[in-house]
Amino acid sequence: MNAVWDWASGVVDWAVANWSHPGDDERGVWPRLVEHARLAYVSILIGLALALPLGLACVRWTRLYPPVLTGVNVLYAVPSIALFFLMLPYTGFSDWTAIVPLALYTLVILLPNVVDGLRQVPEHVRQAAVAMGFGPLRRLITVETPVALPVIIAGLRVASVATISMVSVASLVGLGGLGQLILSEGFRRQFDAPIVVGIVLTVLLAFATDALLVLAQRLLTPWARSGGRRGRRHRAAVPAGEATDADAGTDPTQTADSGNGARPWTS
Amino acid sequence: MDVLNELVAWFADPGQWSGPGGIPARTAEHVQYSLLGLLVAALIAIPVGLVTGHTGVGGFTTASLANFARALPTIGVLFLIVLAAGIGLVPVVIALVALAVPPILVNTHEGVRQVDPALKDAALGMGMRGPQVLLRLELPVAVPLVINGLRTAAVQVVATATIAAYVGVGGLGRYIVDGQARQDLTMMLGGSVLVVLLAVVTTLLFAGLSRLLVAPGLRSLAASAR
Repeated sequence: MNAVWDWASGVVDWAVANWSHPGDDERGVWPRLVEHARLAYVSILIGLALALPLGLACVRWTRLYPPVLTGVNVLYAVPSIALFFLMLPYTGFSDWTAIVPLALYTLVILLPNVVDGLRQVPEHVRQAAVAMGFGPLRRLITVETPVALPVIIAGLRVASVATISMVSVASLVGLGGLGQLILSEGFRRQFDAPIVVGIVLTVLLAFATDALLVLAQRLLTPWARSGGRRGRRHRAAVPAGEATDADAGTDPTQTADSGNGARPWTS
Repeated sequence: MDVLNELVAWFADPGQWSGPGGIPARTAEHVQYSLLGLLVAALIAIPVGLVTGHTGVGGFTTASLANFARALPTIGVLFLIVLAAGIGLVPVVIALVALAVPPILVNTHEGVRQVDPALKDAALGMGMRGPQVLLRLELPVAVPLVINGLRTAAVQVVATATIAAYVGVGGLGRYIVDGQARQDLTMMLGGSVLVVLLAVVTTLLFAGLSRLLVAPGLRSLAASAR
């Protein structure tokens, strides 16, 4: 027990001692954490910016959806490490080498959730909006998107955790935030503390992002919190794998894919 | 398009296709590590998933494990295990197993959990006992999800086995690592293309496997689930 304690406190000591080097932005744990978050968040936001119009198009023209979904799934079968290297001739060692593949990978989770979310808007809600004189665009922005939001955010949560853990792989092409810590400070020097710090901070960043998305959903869908039974069931963003029996099948905002832990894993 | 021409030339070079450093040998190594890792992971994860799914015990643990594993950076896990256990094939396979267990376990667990209770009632009504219900009803019904988990794990293992070249074993990752060391972009890209091909073949293989193993009555269900 004592040895474990010593080892753990040694790791913490290393993290504290190397947290940041004033005057040198390239070294230290903190700059790596910031870089990691930047790469992940930019990728997720670009993925979302692609998934929303693409999902809309797929809902509008239903025949578009199967081929697009197949294309995204084929792309997803490509290992990230290979895709990062294949980007090198085009984007060199810029951030885009990491961001383009990561953003494309998020589509495999985000696109089905956007499409399912929009499709699950009840017809009577849509008709009510039409009867109130809402045009297609206004209906989309003020009615359909908010109703679809729980499903979209459920997808965002899975996508962001996967993306955050995958950023580390980009360290092999010289990017990769905390992955750099793991590879150059830890593995190349045969030193375990940076590896452990890198793993722990990656997991913490993923969980913190997840918590932020839960909070965002609570703020953005206030109607889901109030109003008793239906409201409770609308809390659809159960993290993948945590879906209980009660809401796995019955929750109207829960797609079969977003809540059952059977989501594809990212590599 | 210069890159593309060089890549074609790299693949066309007959020297690439023979010897211990040739593409066939490297692919065989890669497949060997991946298969070993996946097999051990399946032998651990499928029985555990079947039991936890059937009894309902440990559902929360499985779910937490899934979330946690999803957040883990694969290269961190690989490098930490190699650092602790030394360089060689065994630590690499341990790391691959560690990464492949969660998706298989969670999918098996969920697959068994999601079997329609009415079906279970019917099985019990026909006089089946617990283990019979598990093996003759729940397992076949869960097969699509189990294979889905295996496929996810396999692609992940193939990808991570690439990174294993950084810790001094063979496989297709050698082209990427050696190419990086020699500043040879073509070699790096050639290795990446091979990894992509292997991953795509793996995916297709599991698609074929699910065609073979999923009961005919479930096929339409499996198609609509994916």
